[in-house]
Amino acid sequence: MLEQFTFVGLLFLVAALLGTLPPALAWLLRPKKPHPRKSEPYECGIYPHGEAWVQYKAQYYIFALAFMVFDVEAVFLFPWALIYNWLPLYAVIEGVLFLLLLLGALLYAWKKGALEWV
Amino acid sequence: MDWLTRLLAFLSNAIVNIGAWLQGVLTGWGLPEPTAHLIVRAVGALAVGFFPLVVVIFLIWAYRKIAARIQGRLGPNSSGTWAGPWGILQTFADAIKMIVKEDIRPQGIDPVPYNLAPVLVVFASVMLWAVIPFGPGGSLIGTDLSIGIFYIMAFASAALFVFLMAGWSSNNKYATVGAFRAVAQLVGYEIPQLLAVLTVVAVAGTMKMQGIVGAQNVIFLVAMPLTAFIFYMASLAEINARPFELLEAESELVCGYFIEYSGMKFGMFYLAEFMNSVAVAAIFTTLFLGGWRGPWVDQAPILGTIWFFIKMGLVILAWMFIQITLPRLRIDQMLNFNWKFLTPLAIVNLCVTVLVNKGITEAFPGGAPVWTRAGILLFSNVLTVLVVWGISALGRRREERRAWRVAQATELEVTA
Repeated sequence: MLEQFTFVGLLFLVAALLGTLPPALAWLLRPKKPHPRKSEPYECGIYPHGEAWVQYKAQYYIFALAFMVFDVEAVFLFPWALIYNWLPLYAVIEGVLFLLLLLGALLYAWKKGALEWV
Repeated sequence: MDWLTRLLAFLSNAIVNIGAWLQGVLTGWGLPEPTAHLIVRAVGALAVGFFPLVVVIFLIWAYRKIAARIQGRLGPNSSGTWAGPWGILQTFADAIKMIVKEDIRPQGIDPVPYNLAPVLVVFASVMLWAVIPFGPGGSLIGTDLSIGIFYIMAFASAALFVFLMAGWSSNNKYATVGAFRAVAQLVGYEIPQLLAVLTVVAVAGTMKMQGIVGAQNVIFLVAMPLTAFIFYMASLAEINARPFELLEAESELVCGYFIEYSGMKFGMFYLAEFMNSVAVAAIFTTLFLGGWRGPWVDQAPILGTIWFFIKMGLVILAWMFIQITLPRLRIDQMLNFNWKFLTPLAIVNLCVTVLVNKGITEAFPGGAPVWTRAGILLFSNVLTVLVVWGISALGRRREERRAWRVAQATELEVTA
């Protein structure tokens, strides 16, 4: 176990190195000539108008909620899938019933129009 | 001829032998065994970490060249400044140019997430490679974690946070909209991807990557083509390849979430995008194409690595063709494809595959023959596709009829 995760720790260091090295190198080599005109937020050449942190559509919330359900479900199902070969048939059917319940919930949300992008 | 047989024996398992040789040299210097082992592992981690980088440098060149050929252009070549034969050094030139470019920071950014995002995006895509099996045995894989594929899914979804950090901290409307889209798309397509992975885990009976490779006496692409299709589509969305390229959407959002990045920070996003594509190809190869398995791997384990790269190359080519030829979807089409097609299909596919596979195990108490199992699974897949297609066709017809009836009614009202 520890032996296995030692490699993950080592790769962690290598990945951190690969992530920080190019920006650090660029920071050393690049010219630094700031100008107020340059540092304006990009908006196709016109002066930026209003806040950049705009309100977003409430629609995203509904998709986020649907996602939450399925993501939690996946966490529940991973152990079930892992010991699937040792499970008796009725336990497999129980898992399938759980999945079908979720499918029913998805179809209900669909019917209610929660999955329409307006 | 003695040296020739010895050379062949060395080459047939080259990577493992180099590791053993290095360990021998280190212990020969008087280092204790665990320290020498740790150093060999560290060299391995360096190799695994730099491998995607090296692949990507040539992949970017190959991608630009192939894209140009398909679209009737020349692509990078040696006219103008010299960049090697066929422009093969173009990527190096681009990298050098990016490093010496000025870093333009827009006003009003949130500096910590803004600067952290390009670092984390490369970090997450390098971490994916820890559990990819390049060949048979315990030495040609970074580490065969017991939670292998789960680890991959965890680091693959880290990209989402990075996109949100980059988009939100940039103080730019395009970037913010790109970040919203990233959330809607990546979050949504994670579900069919997870369900497809669950199907594979259930049939293979393990989350270990080597175990999944070992379970594929018949490759899963043949036994479970529907699962492979779902996984591939969801993966294309996760790496935002062209039909699902809504996060960047050059013609609407200019560049999406990384619009305000310039110089090497932009380069990091570009690099990570290609690294993720390679990683997805490697994961698809491992899950559905049998990874390193192929003829004569038992005699020469190095062949396993070669098979792995050949398969991975084919998957990358498929990704390139899709990416270069297809146009971009609209956001509602993208969401509909996920929530109204891929997710229900993935749930039904998981249920059917799990039940059928258990049924086969129950029906053959002595263990089912490999090809019988694969054939029945394939048949159940085809049946699932036909039934789902039939149901959706019925639904569409009902919808059309209702629309027709409404049209008739309004017409009557108008004439009356």
